Amino acid sequence: MRGELLFEGKDWDFETIQRVHDAVATIAHKELGLDTFANQIEIITAEQMLDAYASTGMPLFYKHWSFGKRFAQHEGVYRMGLQGLAYEIVINADPCISYIMEENTATMQTLVIAHAAFGHNHFFKHNYQFRQWTDPEGILDYLSFAKTYIANCEERYGHAEVERLLDAAHALMPQGIDRYPRKRPMNLQLEEKREQDRKEERERLYDDLWRTVPGRARGSRQLASDKRRALLGLPQENILYFLEKVAPRLKPWQREVLRIVRLIAQYFYPQQQTKVMNEGCATYCHYRLLGRLHEKGQIGDGSFLEFLTSHTNATRQPFYDSPSYSGINPYALGFDMMRDIERIVREPTEEDRYWFPEIAGTGDAMEVLRHVWANYRDDSFIAQFLSPRLIRNWRLFHVVDDREHPHLEVASIHNERGYRDLRRSLAAQYEVGGYAPDIQIVDVDLAGNRKLVLHHRVRDGKMLELANASMVLGHLANLWGYEVLLQEIDSTNEQVLKEHMVRPEHG
Amino acid sequence: MHIVDRRLNPGSKSFANRQRFLRRAKDMVEKAVREASKDRAIGDLESPGEISIPSEGTREPTFRHTQGSRRDLVLPGNKEYVEGDLIERPQGEGEGEGAGGQVGRGDGQEDAFRFILTRDEFLSIFLDDLELPDLAKRRVAQTEKEGLRRAGYTTSGTPANLALHRTLQTSLSRRIALKRPKQQTIDELAQRIEAAALRDSAEAERLRAELKALQQKRARISYLDPIDLRYRRFERFPKPVTQAVMFCLMDVSGSMTEHMKDLAKRFFMLLHVFLTRRYKRVEIVFIRHTDRAGEVDEETFFRSAETGGTMVSSALQEMARVIRERYDPGVWNIYAAQASDGDNLSSDNPLTRELLQNHILPLCQYFAYVEVSGPNAETHGYVPHHGQSSLWITYATLQKENDKFQMRRVSRREHIYSVFRQLFQRRAAKTAEAN
Repeated sequence: MRGELLFEGKDWDFETIQRVHDAVATIAHKELGLDTFANQIEIITAEQMLDAYASTGMPLFYKHWSFGKRFAQHEGVYRMGLQGLAYEIVINADPCISYIMEENTATMQTLVIAHAAFGHNHFFKHNYQFRQWTDPEGILDYLSFAKTYIANCEERYGHAEVERLLDAAHALMPQGIDRYPRKRPMNLQLEEKREQDRKEERERLYDDLWRTVPGRARGSRQLASDKRRALLGLPQENILYFLEKVAPRLKPWQREVLRIVRLIAQYFYPQQQTKVMNEGCATYCHYRLLGRLHEKGQIGDGSFLEFLTSHTNATRQPFYDSPSYSGINPYALGFDMMRDIERIVREPTEEDRYWFPEIAGTGDAMEVLRHVWANYRDDSFIAQFLSPRLIRNWRLFHVVDDREHPHLEVASIHNERGYRDLRRSLAAQYEVGGYAPDIQIVDVDLAGNRKLVLHHRVRDGKMLELANASMVLGHLANLWGYEVLLQEIDSTNEQVLKEHMVRPEHG
Repeated sequence: MHIVDRRLNPGSKSFANRQRFLRRAKDMVEKAVREASKDRAIGDLESPGEISIPSEGTREPTFRHTQGSRRDLVLPGNKEYVEGDLIERPQGEGEGEGAGGQVGRGDGQEDAFRFILTRDEFLSIFLDDLELPDLAKRRVAQTEKEGLRRAGYTTSGTPANLALHRTLQTSLSRRIALKRPKQQTIDELAQRIEAAALRDSAEAERLRAELKALQQKRARISYLDPIDLRYRRFERFPKPVTQAVMFCLMDVSGSMTEHMKDLAKRFFMLLHVFLTRRYKRVEIVFIRHTDRAGEVDEETFFRSAETGGTMVSSALQEMARVIRERYDPGVWNIYAAQASDGDNLSSDNPLTRELLQNHILPLCQYFAYVEVSGPNAETHGYVPHHGQSSLWITYATLQKENDKFQMRRVSRREHIYSVFRQLFQRRAAKTAEAN
């Protein structure tokens, strides 16, 4: 069946957008089985796009000089024509907000709608990371609250004071994230029940004989320290959370600001962990959606070629020795892996059946993909689904750079022996533990000088970069109000490699 | 699905952030602007430009790893390697190797941060700590014009000034206060009458009377009454004169070299930029002189050379004439800048001094004399050097007597800015310096 063209040429108006959206929605929901939040499409100018860039893409955000710096940076490169702007920004909210630029052609708008308003949208709604950590319904209200709250603080306590606090909070932002759900405080009923169970257990196990056995008296000091740490919830990796709850010298409004920064960091946390999957999902979706539109005759051949051009540009992966190589392109890796999964499900080879017995040849690619999109994040996704065939296509190889050897060594290449190692090594690069330093608060000397003790567990000799670390620790000490000690500990042999000691600036 | 057109929303949301950023980096930006203005041609001073500041003060630190003892790279595009191959460690490491790219520089100096300042930002930073001499302010306050501005509401006025919103507000409160029956109440009553008429005529009669009373009351209390009317009120207020005229006087006799003229030109341009930021309207009058003076256009002023002796008094006379004819000192703020190599006919000096002191200075807000000399002269600013020119000696006494008059020497291009700054420095700073 040949449908009517949705648009001709490059011009568009609101009706075109509506028509395109409806046509894409039909295919997305009926044929691909995508399930999305309602869409809100906002049309903005290049200037506004730059504004959005500066405040991490959010439509409203509190004021801070670092966003001004970012704006100046982006504006500089944009005005000189060194860099184009993104075609769209999409916000994980319900309804899902996609910004599209007025300069885009009708084809580009179609691509953007398919990519953001359906691809990303579906991913936001279903991926477990987003479901666990973000609240799409409340985010805009919360940002508006945060903006007003911080503006009020500036008015009441002065710009300098708020700026200092935000500087410190931003420095600790990567350490303001819960990686695991926090233990919820139990309600009274549960508490009582647990107490009851314990009592019963004690009664059941009671034996008078134990009383007569001379035991080793446990050091009361050790006990006190354990108890104190348990009370403070230590060890704690969410430094901002700890400061908000425990820091002795913070005022209530300062705690609230720390909380705002922490919650916003948490909101962005899933996006860091699902970059490859999220872009892969969106790119795969727009590829399928536009392909179908073309098949159904709803977009012309010219538009389709225009689409393919920008699609191939976005999913280009230069080889390592190319001058334009700058790491692995998440669009390319994500898209290729999604296509590969589709192939494995539909037309598996013997090799695929051996490597992926659960999905090979099951037939319904979309069902498998929807399951994948919902239940994985980048590292687990790559560890599970990077196929030997894709490794061969990409000609991946693994190089080990060991400081102690004069040469780099090729550890594995795309052959039978190398597949597992390559898959594991690539997945490891997307692990949170791989790129974010593992820093935890381990103890506070509450009885003494209130010194805060942190540990950085060093893996592969990756110490903290000194200039940055001392600045961040300075911020931390100011927030805490007393001395801060950071020990870098080798995770293999528990040796203390280095100590940083910082005192707060004012009293 | 909703489509929302945001294009008409107020832009530059980042403005407040940008201001915070500039405030944060104020010292460094100021320094960078000073540096940048040194290299710039004077004509470019007003165009927006890129400046670069060290990233020190605007760094956003986070905990970061150093490279560590072992790195694992997974790269695409293997062509020749097999397992176990050893590769020479590439020189200029980090380039093109993605993950580890930026680490090497971490400890030392980070890259400078470059960004673009708008023309306004550039100039306001550049001229930030400069101001017109205090004298000028007093003068401005004296010469007043009247302007109109909004000042609340009034009960009388012309229909054109009717404040509709406010009028309806008063009308509404009056209607509520007097309990004017609503149309809705009347309609409801009418319906009840209809219903009652079928059952109970006495009840209907009573309601009809009630309805009539309501209708009468409604007619008595009008919807809009003349006492509701409010008009926008305007009041007159004194408006300081915001126009200035700038006189550029220059000696163009043969002794003035191209270099000296260039210095003079730069100085005049700076003064012009400065004045245009302080006054809405600035006019410039170019007067050049040898032993005769004449008003000329800009092109002739800077380009053409003339021969002849030097009589400064002629230029001052010409200036006095122009002021008399076109620029009433009551309405115009008058500034003058004179550039010369300091030569003057010795017999002319007393006349020059007399003219300046008694005729010109009383009319001016400020008179700046800049003595330009060849690039080899070592001194600049207000440091007298051995060979004092006749004009310098003549003027030196004036400077002591009169605050409106300032003089400086300049010999090199890069000194122009500092001389200019000295002349227009904040007074407070100046007295501090003197102490």
